Amino acid sequence: MRVGLFVTCLVDLMRPSIGFAALRLLEAAGCEVVVPAGQTCCGQPGYNSGDSAAARALALKLLGEFKDCDYIVAPSGSCAGMIRVHYPALFANDPVELEFIKKLSGRTYELTDFLVNVVKIKNIPGRYSGTLTYHDSCAGLRELGVQAQPRALLAKMPGVTLAEMRESTTCCGFGGTFSVKFGDISTRMADKKCAHITQTGAAAVVAGDLGCLLNIEGRLRRNGDMQTRVLHIAEVLAGEYGENAWK
Amino acid sequence: MEVTAMHFRRKATEKLNDANLQQALKKLQSRFVDSRATALAELPNFTEIRDAAADIRERAVGHLDSYLLRFEREATARGAVVHWAEDIEDANRLVVEIARRHGVRKVVKSKSMVTEECGLNDYLASVGVEVLETDLGEYILQLAHEPPSHIVAPVVHKSKEEIADLFEEKHRRPRNTQITEMCREAREVLRPGFLSADMGISGANFIIAETGSVLIVTNEGNGRLTTTLPRVHVAITGIEKVVPTLEDASTLLRLLPRSATGQSITNYVSVLTGTRGKDDPDGPEHFHIILLDNGRSRLLGTELQPMLRCIRCGACMNHCPVYQNIGGHAYGWVYPGPMGSVLTPAFVGLENAIDLPNASTFCGECAVVCPVKIPLPDLMRHLRRRQVERHLRPWSERAALRLWSWAAQHPAVYALFTRAAARLLHRLGGKKKSLRYLPGASGWTKGRDMPTPSGRTFRELYQARRAS
Repeated sequence: MRVGLFVTCLVDLMRPSIGFAALRLLEAAGCEVVVPAGQTCCGQPGYNSGDSAAARALALKLLGEFKDCDYIVAPSGSCAGMIRVHYPALFANDPVELEFIKKLSGRTYELTDFLVNVVKIKNIPGRYSGTLTYHDSCAGLRELGVQAQPRALLAKMPGVTLAEMRESTTCCGFGGTFSVKFGDISTRMADKKCAHITQTGAAAVVAGDLGCLLNIEGRLRRNGDMQTRVLHIAEVLAGEYGENAWK
Repeated sequence: MEVTAMHFRRKATEKLNDANLQQALKKLQSRFVDSRATALAELPNFTEIRDAAADIRERAVGHLDSYLLRFEREATARGAVVHWAEDIEDANRLVVEIARRHGVRKVVKSKSMVTEECGLNDYLASVGVEVLETDLGEYILQLAHEPPSHIVAPVVHKSKEEIADLFEEKHRRPRNTQITEMCREAREVLRPGFLSADMGISGANFIIAETGSVLIVTNEGNGRLTTTLPRVHVAITGIEKVVPTLEDASTLLRLLPRSATGQSITNYVSVLTGTRGKDDPDGPEHFHIILLDNGRSRLLGTELQPMLRCIRCGACMNHCPVYQNIGGHAYGWVYPGPMGSVLTPAFVGLENAIDLPNASTFCGECAVVCPVKIPLPDLMRHLRRRQVERHLRPWSERAALRLWSWAAQHPAVYALFTRAAARLLHRLGGKKKSLRYLPGASGWTKGRDMPTPSGRTFRELYQARRAS
């Protein structure tokens, strides 16, 4: 099965290790993985800022690049949700394009959802020992139903203890451009999330979306917490962290 | 009511730093979020009821004209007088005309957000009619000269202590902080008001086309006194509140209190039909129903039409992490939270509420909890799109977005751009791998560090790996 990895623009720029971790996991699950070279952004920033024309152009560009793939997988519920749920909405009034869009958007998955429900991965390559707490990112949770999948995967890792935080499904305050436009509100939301994380006593907080992770890490560090690690679920599952990921 | 939605950003920051408010907002979780979850868990067929509720509301809104005319016919046949108000000036004028016709000097009111929309209390006061709010929350706000901050729990922003201070000052009685005692005190003050009022004004949770009835749900009993004791009853509500049948209303009632306060049913559900009959022991001699449009019909046939399904339960705001942190006043008009972020721009103009559709992370919880399945984030996104079309967004934002989407459509340029950004930010981040200040993103860095990129983009590293 030919799987196209959509790395996402945030991972490409900010934390490539997550992309390599996703790659490793998909390969470990027996997929033939391709990473289309021209990929950039799914168009969500434009879409959510009211620029549908830009979002439509990027949707067609992305799906064109992945058109030879059986599946599109992204290490992000937000970007996968954009492609799976919102692309068809963007072309609702365009029956010709819609046909093409739906064919691929319906085969787009968030990474953990894909690993659990499509390829049914058996062996998790990563090793981790310690206590983790998991934050449910909004789009993955509410648009794609990603909640049990990451937990099921973590449960396969013998060294991992999951300590659930209070209100793990409450938004961390990121919200894309919201985090800059309404910085004060966003920071307060992040603050509450950080408090719930700290209360668990976990050594690391894990989530499936880099946007949330940057927001949470930014607030933890500003509050003086230099200890709690902030990790993407792919990094934990693949055992690829930070700079070691591509060496 | 005065619109101050343009000051959302400044007011939101003020509210974040208001210690009393922050304390008061902690109630939301247990009183509304947890209790809703418990109440809905009791329903074995919640999903089916929710589907049915959404269908009923969609059907009513989709055939608004015919159900409203049916309502008018049935209500008129039972002795009520139905008035149509195109805007708030119409509604206020109609109330005053009715008051004058019946020689009314004193009015008691039960809770009504539509009359907040109209600014009715101030208008009545300006023409010399005395108004007493009888819903406990609204009464407290009348004493405090404040607008409501929540559509179901208007005074949720105040602590018990603040209310005790207010009662002590206004009632000139010894300070009391026992809730039951405070309620008793309010009841004692309000009771003579009911007995001396010439007219009662209520809202309506639903109006029922097949019987011409007005249905209201309350918990305090003041609604019944307001609508049955005075000789004149005026019900004011929005045209979208119509439902076809009593059966439909009962379906909606299975979700409304559960979604609003976590009650399986409110203490009182009043179905008010026609005027006092010959053998009735109580009820008004005159029953006027004012149906207000004020922008609602403009939404019909547009992408915002689903908003007219709203049954005003408040679940969207109770569950909104933005509302939970800033409360309702920052939204700057009658309707706060996600539903207000759609209704306020729709009713008072997109240009007068620029921030509201943007003041959401699109976390989606509002749509999840909405009992009539209003896709609130989609509606807010639609308003954002209209802002762009009408050039209401700041030029800097438009320029940044345009640059971003142009670059994203040109992979080679994009690769160069991100390569440079990854290196520059990595270098700036230094050993700490984060920035405490980033020009152009001060909204972020004011409260959070900005983790910096690890130096090279995935694209570069992947190409290098493939080449080796």
